[in-house]
Amino acid sequence: MNDDYEIVIGLEVHVELKTETKIFCGCRTSFGAKPNTQCCPVCLGLPGSLPVLNEQVVEYAVLSGLATKCEITRIGKQDRKNYFYPDSPKAYQISQYDLPLCHSGHVEIEVKGKSKRIGITRIHIEEDAGKLVHDSEGGSLVDYNRCGVPLIEIVSEPDIRSAEEAKAYVQKLRAILLYVGVSDCRMNEGSLRCDVNLSVRKKGENKLGTRTEMKNLNSFVSISKAIENETLRQIKLIESGGAVVQETRRWEQSAGKSVSMRTKEDAHDYRYFPDPDLMPIIIGDSFVEEMRQSLPELPDERKAKYIKDYQLTVYDAEQLVSSKYLSDYFDMTAKKVKSPKTAANILMTDITRLLSKEGEDARIPFTSDDFARLADLIFLGTINNTLAKKVIEKMWKENLSPDLIIERDDLRLIKDEDYLSSLALETVGQMPKVVEDYLSGKEKALQSLIGQIMRKTSGKADPGIAKAILLKTIDDLHSKQA
Amino acid sequence: MKIIDMDIMTMRKALLSKEISSVEITKEYLSRINEKDRDISAYLYVDNFKALEKSERIDKKISDGLDVGVLAGIPMALKDNICTVEMPTTCGSRMLEKYKSPFNASVVETLSDADAVVLGKLNMDEFAMGSTTENSYYQNTKNPHDLSRVPGGSSGGSAAAVASKQALFALGSDTGGSIRQPASFCGVLGLKPTYGRISRYGLIAFASSLDQIGPFARSTSDLAYVMNVLCGFDEKDSTSVKMEDEDFMESLDRDVKGMRIALPKNYFDEGIAPEVKSAVLAAAENFRKMGASVEEVEISSVKHALPAYYIISSAEASSNLSRFDGIQYGFRPEGDFNLDELYKEARSKGFGKEVKRRILLGTYALSSGYYDAYYKKAQQVRSLIKAEFDNLFKTFDLILSPTAPTAAYPFGSKSENPIEMYMGDIYTVPVNIAGLPGLSMNCGFDKDGLPIGMQLIGKAFDEASILRAAHAYERGGFDE
Repeated sequence: MNDDYEIVIGLEVHVELKTETKIFCGCRTSFGAKPNTQCCPVCLGLPGSLPVLNEQVVEYAVLSGLATKCEITRIGKQDRKNYFYPDSPKAYQISQYDLPLCHSGHVEIEVKGKSKRIGITRIHIEEDAGKLVHDSEGGSLVDYNRCGVPLIEIVSEPDIRSAEEAKAYVQKLRAILLYVGVSDCRMNEGSLRCDVNLSVRKKGENKLGTRTEMKNLNSFVSISKAIENETLRQIKLIESGGAVVQETRRWEQSAGKSVSMRTKEDAHDYRYFPDPDLMPIIIGDSFVEEMRQSLPELPDERKAKYIKDYQLTVYDAEQLVSSKYLSDYFDMTAKKVKSPKTAANILMTDITRLLSKEGEDARIPFTSDDFARLADLIFLGTINNTLAKKVIEKMWKENLSPDLIIERDDLRLIKDEDYLSSLALETVGQMPKVVEDYLSGKEKALQSLIGQIMRKTSGKADPGIAKAILLKTIDDLHSKQA
Repeated sequence: MKIIDMDIMTMRKALLSKEISSVEITKEYLSRINEKDRDISAYLYVDNFKALEKSERIDKKISDGLDVGVLAGIPMALKDNICTVEMPTTCGSRMLEKYKSPFNASVVETLSDADAVVLGKLNMDEFAMGSTTENSYYQNTKNPHDLSRVPGGSSGGSAAAVASKQALFALGSDTGGSIRQPASFCGVLGLKPTYGRISRYGLIAFASSLDQIGPFARSTSDLAYVMNVLCGFDEKDSTSVKMEDEDFMESLDRDVKGMRIALPKNYFDEGIAPEVKSAVLAAAENFRKMGASVEEVEISSVKHALPAYYIISSAEASSNLSRFDGIQYGFRPEGDFNLDELYKEARSKGFGKEVKRRILLGTYALSSGYYDAYYKKAQQVRSLIKAEFDNLFKTFDLILSPTAPTAAYPFGSKSENPIEMYMGDIYTVPVNIAGLPGLSMNCGFDKDGLPIGMQLIGKAFDEASILRAAHAYERGGFDE
């Protein structure tokens, strides 16, 4: 029944900007400081204090907008969003209501070999709230360090149609922001947070269904899971004759389901109005041009370069650029190697696997020179992919050059035909039954004979040569017998 | 001359020539407060010790031959919505009873750098909302001219203190007339500068787009002297304006010959006490005699000013005062409450009636579905009023009007009728709406001996012309 429905998703992504200081005061923004040590009268909202906009926030927001093909608002303003909650010491959040700094942009994503454009409705600046910590005795503590950390909120058009597309969109957005250097985009530290607006409708239907908004999605896994779960929930509701209620839901990752937070009826009236403490944000042509000039090479530009210059597939190129770190590393390597494609392959397989074991901030411990040499050794056939894996693991631990490791641990491919012939003869002698199987037409039998030679050489026999010699040996034997 | 009768320049001269010491001045004023304020109740807090300590430091500097600040030893006081580290800042509210700010307002830093001696903090209507200072949680301040009458408000403490010589000058704040109207009721000078002239950093906000700090004094030269110290850009206040320093004392030396003064005749049509009307019209005649041209005009948009003002100021206040929720600081009720109950208790008991009235009004005006009809409309009216003033100032240097429709009235006479009380702001409110500078000064007395104030309104940032005309009027000599 799911196939009868179309899912419509729009995302709101909150990104903490990595400015030195907060959006309206001089307090530091570093993560993990002791509670309430990075605060002042302004970010605590004390009576009499006034906000002064950090200009770097405007720069970063405009950069983000330009990198996502947005139009830049020339006269922006900041508005107050009023609500009572202890995480907001002024009882209002300074945000932007009807004149966001950026609007009408898009990003390109790649899903199942197809490109798709996801529209960006708007990007606005705002201040983050404090953090409530509920203690075991039922009390609540507030940490105001995060209060006033600058955020941009990026609102997408409802162009997303699956969990996969949602993931690809967030990944792409994250990559772009990391390239531009405006945020760390660490989901585990909350510097990139995501709300999902989702509705379903019968295929072919033009009218949008009633949507729900899901909050508290702090990993790619929870985004995917929450979308799958919410889609099913809505379809089931409709199929059983019910109706979806417009509401805000909270995703509980551990329980694997979402729970209702509030419905439309008790939604807040935020009473937005222009903040009279702040002047309009005036953005001139020269400023926009300056920002445009300072934009670094972006993921899509690199991707195009990889496809054209290094003949990577579209899929591989997209994968590689989605990590700025890997892509930067590849850029350093690509100029030095005989086959960039080989280098890219190892980066996306073995290296990615090793990095992911170490977490979000993992770095490759060896230089791009050593890595380039390794790629060349593979390309030249001195080692194959299986051996390369061993070499890389050793390089990772010991930080020695690939040549030294290959020499020391004797990891070179064995191409010595006399030696391989003797092994082939030995094998054939030891496994007559298998040889007979092969001769009677079982191609698979050959693989187990080659496997035997590999075992005898601890995997170092050049598979191509080994196979050729084995075939020749069997052939010789056969013709003798005949 | 007695210390208590000296103006700033006289006092400074006497101090620098070591005729008198700062400690003597401060002691004189403290004993005056001790004697007078039992009746007046202008002060909420007096810091004898700190004031004397500061005076001793000033005297030491002088005897050591060191430079002292331009306000060295001048005894002054602050409205209690201006943040001070060393004294409580209550805003006249139970909500901030005993509240001490961890930082000084920028003006307090400026005064301290200038070596002024801060005697204490002055009573006010709670959160500056009111026209009589009766809305203070703490006490009623009396009008020094008649103790049975209100001193005006919301800066009633500041006006009364200066009028009764308990401070040589004082600071107040003006959102819709809160400096000018009490100055008028108490017969002193009060100046609301152009919006953005004096930093608002550390002024506890009532309505951010209208609030402005300004001085009270007993002479135009004291006012001009203090303005020289207070004006200037502050990087902590985004709405403060960068401009070159100006010497307001210079503008005092010029007469009013050739000045073009507008007299809005519709201001005198209805609701104005006859004695106020005749006093202000007489003042206009005197300006003519001194060589200024006075021409009748019509300011038609002002009839919309009062409703626009009460919507905008209440809307901003409803948001500004949301932070007083009993969580971080301020009044917190005793007992066990859940979060919503805590908010309700703290705000129900911490705020007085008028403050709650305005919060409700403002919250309503900003609510979805009403925003366009109220807040947005009020902002459009604001633009119209500004435009009309701008247009008028193409042909005129100043506008002359009454400050308030009446002189000071008895306690309790208007407190049950908020609309009637709001009507008292009719002449002052348009000035805040347009962000212009306005001054109130005495122009006579009614048959009960109560002071009557006139208002001089200038172009944005043209306080100089206001002070020039006020000084000329103060010198008098109309009959020559």
